Amino acid sequence: MMLKIENLRIVREGKEILKNVNFEIAPQEIHLVLGINGSGKTTLAQAIMGIYPCEGKILFEGEDITHLSVWERARKGITLAFQEPARFEGLSVKDYLMVSAKNKSLNRLEEVIKMVGLPRNILFQEVGDNLSGGERKRVELASVLLMEPKLAILDEPDSGIDMLSCKLISEVIERMKSMGTSVMLITHSEDMINIADRATILCAGKVVASGERDEIKRLFKYSPCPLKR
Amino acid sequence: MNEFIKNEYERLVKYYESAGGNTKALLSKDYASMVINGNKVLAKNSTKEIIIEAEKIEDGVYAHIRIKKGYKSKNPVHLCFGMLPREGRQYIRTEIFAEEESEVKFIAHCIFPNAVKVEHIMDSNVKVGKGAKVEYEEVHFHGKEGGVKVIPKTRAIVGEGGMYNSTFVIKSGRAGFVDIDYEVRLGEYAKSMLLTKIYATGNDLIKANESVILEGAHSSGVIKTRMALRDKAKSEVIGKTIGLGAYSRGHVDCTEIIMDDAEAIASPVVMANNPKAKVTHEAAIGSVDKKQLLTLMARGLTEEEAIDVIVGGLLK
Repeated sequence: MMLKIENLRIVREGKEILKNVNFEIAPQEIHLVLGINGSGKTTLAQAIMGIYPCEGKILFEGEDITHLSVWERARKGITLAFQEPARFEGLSVKDYLMVSAKNKSLNRLEEVIKMVGLPRNILFQEVGDNLSGGERKRVELASVLLMEPKLAILDEPDSGIDMLSCKLISEVIERMKSMGTSVMLITHSEDMINIADRATILCAGKVVASGERDEIKRLFKYSPCPLKR
Repeated sequence: MNEFIKNEYERLVKYYESAGGNTKALLSKDYASMVINGNKVLAKNSTKEIIIEAEKIEDGVYAHIRIKKGYKSKNPVHLCFGMLPREGRQYIRTEIFAEEESEVKFIAHCIFPNAVKVEHIMDSNVKVGKGAKVEYEEVHFHGKEGGVKVIPKTRAIVGEGGMYNSTFVIKSGRAGFVDIDYEVRLGEYAKSMLLTKIYATGNDLIKANESVILEGAHSSGVIKTRMALRDKAKSEVIGKTIGLGAYSRGHVDCTEIIMDDAEAIASPVVMANNPKAKVTHEAAIGSVDKKQLLTLMARGLTEEEAIDVIVGGLLK
């Protein structure tokens, strides 16, 4: 397994957000995490990245990474694209992408920018309010692509994005998969759901079902959250 | 140029070059330029349209720079003010007069690489004529000791439709003690932007008192301050914009990042006595933004590396 989560429990401000969560992501798998608002999807994504302390075990390629810091996990090959990407005053898109690109050439940056549907000249703009929400999301995706991670956690990469761009982003995620990356995908978009291999439903901080995409999708439509918090 | 001055000049120019200065321009007859070490004018060059006069006065140097009416300079005026000894006091009084419809950019490199107890006092009067544009970029290169006191004072008057923009940046080394005192008065339709960027560490103390007085109708001004403070550094920033003219617009924007035991005080002051004027402000002091930090760490940077990228961007 690329990622194995065992009995993950997270308590924040006295409230239990995740309760004994167990699930797995296989190599080169696009794994969808479904759940209504407040079910714990974002907390799960950030816990895997190491942002929250937790109980339980997170195994990455068989290694226990539960006690590693965010950057140590990143250097092992995990990365996360936040639902609401950060703005960076004074930092150009090029400077920002170079953080993930390391020693890659400007040509490679341009290729990736094109791949996510952005014009070349955006490289010289600031990663700030001058970019639209959709542009910032795509810059974020370009940053993940350049990092070539083993596991990319994408928290709603489609939110605030038009239908056409959504399709393009789905294609980029499929390309990530073909390049050998496993993807944990949090989304509500029907198009994106359909690129997943397997899926998990989170409800009130618990995993209520995990399995093949279509089966889980049907289950989610029928009963999105059968548990109460 | 006698041998001693030549030697001093060459040493300063060497530092100037390593600090990113354009030596070719500094030595070229096509560029107006001036080099001052301590209280000694080592070199100056006027062009047909930019006339630089400088003389020694009792406690320092007096320089007068005139940009002739209608002349739009393609080349910046290069100024190099430095003090190579470890101790000393430099006082430079300048008067800059950009005549009607002229345009000029100044790039001033202020170099104090060995300062242990150095004072650099700048006292400038700037007059920007009707429709003229002046940009003044002051870039400082300090040593590691933090033993420099930088005290720049500017009084600028900008005529109708004119523009005066100023940038103050400490590019390398410890900031030391900085006490900025700028005041710009704007006529009708005149514009100004005052930008200050400083990274303070150790026990550095930064004071900045900047005012834009919007006297003329439709005038506009922005005071923008960006600072990052570490260790036990302190800052006191006052950005003041006063709306007197009808339809004048002013804004004060101050962002400071504080780390360790650093302290910052930011006081944006907005005043108006004309109901048609509009003056606004925003000020934010805080630690490094957590989301920025986590985003960069999720790309594999350590916390320290991520802070360097964030602060580097803010002060870029």
